[in-house]
Amino acid sequence: MSIIARNITKTFGAYTALNDVSLDVPEGKLVALLGPSGSGKTTLLRIIAGLEFSDPGSGRIDFHGTDVTDIPAGKRGVGFVFQHYALFRHMTVAQNIAFGLTVQPRRERQSAEQIQARVKELLKLIQLDDLGARYPTQLSGGQRQRVALARALAVQPKVLLLDEPFGALDARVRKDLRRWLRQFQREIGITTVFVTHDQEEALELADQVVVMNNAKIEQVGTPQEVYDQPASPFVIEFLGNVNRFAALGHPLPGAGPDVIYVRPHDVDIQRHYEGEHGVRVRVQHVFSAGNYGRVALVRLDNGDTIDAELSRVRLKELGLAAGDEAHVVFRHIRLFPAGAFVERDVAADDATPAVVDAGRDI
Amino acid sequence: MSRPRVIPGFGLSLGTTVVFLALATLLPLGALVLKSAGLTWAEFWGYISDSRALAAYRVTLLAAGAATFLNLVLGVLTAWILVRYEFPGRRLLDAAIDLPFALPTAVAGIALATLTVPAGPVGALFAGFGIKIAYAFPGIVLAMTFTSLPFVVRTVQPVLADLEPALEEAAASLGAGPFTTFRRVILPELRPAIIAGGTLALVRSLGEFGAVVFIAGNLPFQTEIAALLIYIRMDEFDYVGAAALATAILAFALTLLVAMNLWQGRLYRRLHG
Repeated sequence: MSIIARNITKTFGAYTALNDVSLDVPEGKLVALLGPSGSGKTTLLRIIAGLEFSDPGSGRIDFHGTDVTDIPAGKRGVGFVFQHYALFRHMTVAQNIAFGLTVQPRRERQSAEQIQARVKELLKLIQLDDLGARYPTQLSGGQRQRVALARALAVQPKVLLLDEPFGALDARVRKDLRRWLRQFQREIGITTVFVTHDQEEALELADQVVVMNNAKIEQVGTPQEVYDQPASPFVIEFLGNVNRFAALGHPLPGAGPDVIYVRPHDVDIQRHYEGEHGVRVRVQHVFSAGNYGRVALVRLDNGDTIDAELSRVRLKELGLAAGDEAHVVFRHIRLFPAGAFVERDVAADDATPAVVDAGRDI
Repeated sequence: MSRPRVIPGFGLSLGTTVVFLALATLLPLGALVLKSAGLTWAEFWGYISDSRALAAYRVTLLAAGAATFLNLVLGVLTAWILVRYEFPGRRLLDAAIDLPFALPTAVAGIALATLTVPAGPVGALFAGFGIKIAYAFPGIVLAMTFTSLPFVVRTVQPVLADLEPALEEAAASLGAGPFTTFRRVILPELRPAIIAGGTLALVRSLGEFGAVVFIAGNLPFQTEIAALLIYIRMDEFDYVGAAALATAILAFALTLLVAMNLWQGRLYRRLHG
């Protein structure tokens, strides 16, 4: 079931949560709405669910070509998983999962045996076979999350919507559950949209990432696309660490200084450098516990700080220590002039690093 | 046991609590039981089971039950309105809920009686349909309802205010209509609070004296409540008889409180683990 949202605007009093937003979710895909808090991502999800409605006269939601704009959540065929699970505490796990099946109109309702069988099937799916008689308060956070998912799936929704599904879990459980959800979504092939403010989660899990900021969509693309070809300074800054420098010179008269971005892993450090594009730096701090070595550097010419990330092997080769002087070469930079976006691969390949001094170099 | 505590001196505070409780409640209650302890079982049974006493229990229980039922319905409704809606005068209404506690109950009884006698402004309305309120059973229920109104509202209100909106949204997204959502999701969440408030209202109504005697008419076997019968026994200098009746009522109220507390506690633990 594909989802199409067109020209959605939503205001709460004087506050605009969504400003003329449009989004296509292809059938069977796992899509992440990614953005900082207040970017409108949860509001968009709730409007897709039918828990919230766009401003009167604005926007339209289609599910698989059918207009569902005015249909409330209960009749839209969506499964919604809430951030804090919203399990019914006075019901057992099995009763929670069965809820959606037991509230159907009498003539459409399945028999008690059918419902019981379905619940059993779902308990197996979420790997909680033996916990059907427990109450939600007797479960761990990850288990509760899975029960909430099973409850949403029980009514066989055409679309699965999850609001910050891993937000309230600790790091380890989050990782396991993330992997489990990914695999599970692939298996049943249900169109799924989830909201997150964690860029790592979005990049790792989603087929498509929708980056939101300030009531607008900044960029839509595969994780690779949004990471490697960010459409705006916001996207590049939101997705992972990045070095930010003011460029020298003003290519556009009247505009502010252009901004140059370099990912820490595109910063190459060399002890001795003979080319013309190196920048002289002093090593401030070397940090080598973890997957990568990280080095904090200070430019000698203007005092800007630069973060570099390099393999631990390379770090060992260089044998850097705080206070050393070295050269830095950027393999790849992105420059955002006021307005347009220009990108340039500085080096054809990593072995022949070139350039940097900003501004002049575009 | 060496964990630092906010209030120091566990021994001292426990001692103070126990002494206070003893002076305020256990001492008079103990004296009461002691007074009736002079009786043999047969005498005691005679006092608490004579036909006038039985009639008084019946009136009291029925009226308190009806008043509590009314308070449960009205109390949940009032709490709902106060929590879920924003309207002019909401804060005033919120403050007015506690009025029955602030008003001397005798004053409340007289005011209610004045309103609901057949010649009174409200009483006249009902008299037209042949319904008598003051000096009849409905008057007792009215007085009891009035004096125990705040209990249910005040216990349900905070729980309702803290209820996660997501619960209702989850039910709605699963296809439940508003009525089903209320019955199967909201009401069970409120149940411990409703039981707690309802128990207090019931016990309070069982013991209510001041407001009731001014509106009840106090006809033996018809509109005489148990508390009044105790008072009448005292008036007759039959202290032992009064104590026997009081002991019976006390035992009943205590049993009720304990049972309700256990029930409420069980539900609460299920909700909160």
